[in-house]
Amino acid sequence: MASIDISNIRKSYGIHPVLHGIDLEIRDGEFVVLVGPSGCGKSTLLRMIAGLEAVTDGEIRIAGKRVNDLAPKDRDIAMVFQSYALYPHMSVAKNMSYSLRLRKMAKEKIASVVAGAATKLGLEPLMERRPKALSGGQRQRVAMGRAIVREPKAFLFDEPLSNLDARLREQMRAEIKKLHKDLGATSIYVTHDQIEAMTLADRIVAMHGGIIQQVGSPLDLYDNPANLFVAGFIGSPGMNFFEGRYIKLNGKSVFAPTGGVELLLEAPANLEEGSRATLGIRPEHVVLGADGPEAQMAAIDLVEPTGFGIILHLTLGPVSLKAFTLDRRFLNATGEIAVRLPGSHLHFFDESGRKV
Amino acid sequence: MAGHSLTKGRVVALLAHRLAILAYVAFALFPLYWLLKVSVTPNKLLYSEGIRMWPSQTSFEHFDFVLKHSEFPTFFKNSLIVAGSTALIVTALASLAGYALSRFSFRGKYWIVALMLLTQMFPLVMLVAPIFKMLSPLGLTNSLTGLVIVYTAFNVPFATFLMQSFFDGIPKDLEEAAMIDGATQFGAFRQIILPLTLPGIAATLGFVFTAAWSELLFSLMLISGNAAATFPVGLLSFVSKFSIDFGQMMAAGVMALIPACLFFLLIQRYLVQGLTAGAVKG
Repeated sequence: MASIDISNIRKSYGIHPVLHGIDLEIRDGEFVVLVGPSGCGKSTLLRMIAGLEAVTDGEIRIAGKRVNDLAPKDRDIAMVFQSYALYPHMSVAKNMSYSLRLRKMAKEKIASVVAGAATKLGLEPLMERRPKALSGGQRQRVAMGRAIVREPKAFLFDEPLSNLDARLREQMRAEIKKLHKDLGATSIYVTHDQIEAMTLADRIVAMHGGIIQQVGSPLDLYDNPANLFVAGFIGSPGMNFFEGRYIKLNGKSVFAPTGGVELLLEAPANLEEGSRATLGIRPEHVVLGADGPEAQMAAIDLVEPTGFGIILHLTLGPVSLKAFTLDRRFLNATGEIAVRLPGSHLHFFDESGRKV
Repeated sequence: MAGHSLTKGRVVALLAHRLAILAYVAFALFPLYWLLKVSVTPNKLLYSEGIRMWPSQTSFEHFDFVLKHSEFPTFFKNSLIVAGSTALIVTALASLAGYALSRFSFRGKYWIVALMLLTQMFPLVMLVAPIFKMLSPLGLTNSLTGLVIVYTAFNVPFATFLMQSFFDGIPKDLEEAAMIDGATQFGAFRQIILPLTLPGIAATLGFVFTAAWSELLFSLMLISGNAAATFPVGLLSFVSKFSIDFGQMMAAGVMALIPACLFFLLIQRYLVQGLTAGAVKG
């Protein structure tokens, strides 16, 4: 187990920069999830920590030791690949013991370590099979087993669940979390799936365009997104945004969406009067069937039942808006509905997209 | 095939398909059959029976003569040495070079590939004289070593491209996983990638072996005298000024087929097997 310090890491392919100065400290035993859309640089960062990509500039330290120029084999980290990357000509047992055999560990010790990991992952009946005779979920388990027998300084996961079907993904997600609880190993997990990020992480690192957008606990990112990108990326269905202007009307704070109905705010926002801004509210915070002076009428465009709840697609003035509710009364709603955007759940972002 | 699913149209189509395959196989194998037929036809019947599918009497007199009274065993041994060494050396070099071309980017890669392609663009006849001129002062004409060198030089580029395509088919994740597991780049190559490339290696070995085994032009030009002659050159010794010993020539030809047949029997297991199945999600 070890801490991992990343300071001012940059990566370019030729003249194309991919990572623009990443700073991140990962504590001993922490589970950190790197999340972001395709091409945000999260996998590149992980591969640089593993030693599979050269570092253009900056420094990576594992347990305090600079590893920039160390070969992957000398970094003492384990990695689970998206493709599993099992050795096809070796049995499950041989796959799992490969790293230990390379380290010339005693045969009896290898056998006991591998057997222990197999028990933990429920792989005992499969030990003599070749990878091609395994299902996707079993392959995934073998890949995990291959990583845990090593007791490495850190585990790296590169989208390990994205090749599994939804049910299996849910199950393996829970198993990974349990495993981390058992082993307490420093883990870095790359995914584009925000549910995986939310459920697994001690801390989430949201990345976009080769830059870290926000680092924080899952609920931190959910409740207090630092900018428009994080606000839009975390949460499903995604946050509603309204572009407009922040103004004062008769001494009261008002948000005027472009072409929309003015919204009276309960408290003044930390914005300059007359400045352009974006207002955000999560679909689950939109109050449906509201009454009172702040209620506005919205047209119902579409009703999507998800089983768990209902997503309503609404039009409020010129802007579209999504609302999420658990109340089945809205399943057959048509025409218009009164909605309210409660002040305590509003997020304001200034012109540069930063949360204020 | 389940009987009830066969409609009349499908039976006809199936029959036509099988007949077409049969016709092709017969066409391809007929010269070999004729080789065999002539080799077991006694000399006295060779010109007297006319064209028959099988002689009225067979004998192994040609085989007997070729093995006991001709220099064919020497030719055979020479060919085995030359083709075997060439196949081994070329495959070893092509594996390493093909891996490098498949996995690494390095300065001058483009030019190396271009130059290797360039070597494949000349008719070999053009190169006979310059190569003779180069090998002669080195004492490499009329020697098996000289032939091995020439054959290796000509086969390495194509074999390299062949091996490269096999390496390209193996996911990069596998050796990255091995390197993270604690292997060096060469260790990952040897323990993970190479075993998965066995079908490719077998194909390359087979290709180079047969190419070197049947090569005539260079061995004819570089070898004089029977001591270092390979079997294609040796076959020509059955052609004399006044007659051609067809029976003996065919008998030698039949025996020359044996190593190639054995070789492909040996490697056919690897040629048909897809060893990489199950490595990654697919």
